Amino acid sequence: MANDTGELKRTILDGRGFSYWRRKTSNVFFSLLFSSSILIVLLPLLLIIGYLFYKGAASVNLDFFLHRPAPVGEHGGGMGNAIIGSLYVVGIASLIGIPVGLLGGMFVGEFPHSKFSTVVRFVADVLNGTPSIVMGVFAYTVVVLPMKSFSALAGGFALGVMMIPTILRTTDEILQTVPTSIREASLALGVPYWRTVLSVVLRSAKSGIITGILLAGARVLGETAPLLFTSFNNAFYSYSVTQPISTLPVQIFNYAISPYRDWHRQAWAGALVLVLAILVVNLAVRTFSRQKFEQTL
Amino acid sequence: MTNSANTNTGIIAQDLKAYFGSIEVLKGINMSMQKNKVTALIGPSGCGKTTFLRTLNRMHELARNASIKGKVIVDGADIYSSSIDPVLVRKKIGMVFQKPNPFPTMSIYDNVVAGLKLTGRHSRKHLDEVVEKTLVQAALWDEVKDSLRKSGASLSGGQQQRLCIARTLAVDPEVILMDEPASALDPISTAKIEELIFQLKDSYTIVIVTHNMQQAARVSDFTAFFYLGELIEFNGTRSMFTRPQKKQTEDYITGRFG
Repeated sequence: MANDTGELKRTILDGRGFSYWRRKTSNVFFSLLFSSSILIVLLPLLLIIGYLFYKGAASVNLDFFLHRPAPVGEHGGGMGNAIIGSLYVVGIASLIGIPVGLLGGMFVGEFPHSKFSTVVRFVADVLNGTPSIVMGVFAYTVVVLPMKSFSALAGGFALGVMMIPTILRTTDEILQTVPTSIREASLALGVPYWRTVLSVVLRSAKSGIITGILLAGARVLGETAPLLFTSFNNAFYSYSVTQPISTLPVQIFNYAISPYRDWHRQAWAGALVLVLAILVVNLAVRTFSRQKFEQTL
Repeated sequence: MTNSANTNTGIIAQDLKAYFGSIEVLKGINMSMQKNKVTALIGPSGCGKTTFLRTLNRMHELARNASIKGKVIVDGADIYSSSIDPVLVRKKIGMVFQKPNPFPTMSIYDNVVAGLKLTGRHSRKHLDEVVEKTLVQAALWDEVKDSLRKSGASLSGGQQQRLCIARTLAVDPEVILMDEPASALDPISTAKIEELIFQLKDSYTIVIVTHNMQQAARVSDFTAFFYLGELIEFNGTRSMFTRPQKKQTEDYITGRFG
């Protein structure tokens, strides 16, 4: 430290040699590089949403949400049955995926070092990376063939199996972040282990687990391939588990490959609604994770 | 477990050995801790005093690869005998940890009665009584009586530690184990905790681990000096600090090592 300000100033200015300017330049260069990378990441999303609004917004009206598809040549009609069908199928998937994923994740997260847990974790990761069309083939073999019919149940089964690894792994990871001191506090009070996990550990991890479930749901909501030959499609409102059912992704697919301009417009509208729905779920996830952050503060 | 009224002995450790994997961290401890007295465990870091404390309510075995040999006799029964449920042992022998660890998702009220609520059904009236009684005992009632619904994590460190003591008292244990309960606290909070220990020993057997020699001298009736997994010396606190029998003890309490 220089005692006198003049000397200090001189020391600082003398430091502005070659290395100083090189540091300044590379700072600007890398700042630009990083910000342009962010732009490249954001651009596709913005373009997709913008283009969907441009092409589809005009066809999104009340009829779109309330009516079933109109026959070729007739104007109007909507995707009401497909929207309800999608929720219906994802609901069935949740009935399968949430309990299995949650209970499995609790086991793996509570006994992270057991050999069985290591195997389960590996299998879940492989399952997570399995192409979704393979899940469809699997559900076709296991559910559609024995029942001799496409059905909402088969679609829900395919999506449910896809939800399991996501929920299992997030539950696993969240439970392992719950500090040992919290578990010990409960055990030292004479609370049995199972009760400690259910009432203390799970409660501390609640928002993280809900986040995992919502993300798994949002992911399968947009799946098309596993539904093509499981829940198939239906032009009518259907609430039967054993009947084929219409879903948004499959309906969009069918309309998009058709030769009719009316149907194309409907497909754009469907894609817009689907993307916005998934966006809303992701925003909900953000709210949950923020709550968690505030709690730990 | 039967109540043996004829003896003042609260806890007896017999040839107690504790392991992490193949490493022996306690090398055969023999020691008796008296009822309604405060026993302090002192010694340098890594000497096994915390491990010893955790063997007394079967918390040691919860750690990975941890195991135990020997006996711990409480009220005439070996808590490591196969017929004894560790959950019941922990209910009878409470523990206060080094770092205050209130349940972060629970209110002050729920923190205090957590041990009761999670192990059985209790009437609202009973719970209210327990909350007031134990918070008064823990010298926290006046500070929190108007904010019982607030999160336990919103309290200061010293208040959190007293909350944890109230939570331990609420399940009505006979023994309270304290693992450096004041090491993370400022002098004022420390004084409050020490005052509390002094009052609690009328009704509870207390075993406390401490790094602070003055604290051991202030709060305890008996002091045990641990070194490298062995019990070097165990005596009344006054004689321990005025006339230590062993050279190692004297060196430690006069600050020559550790």
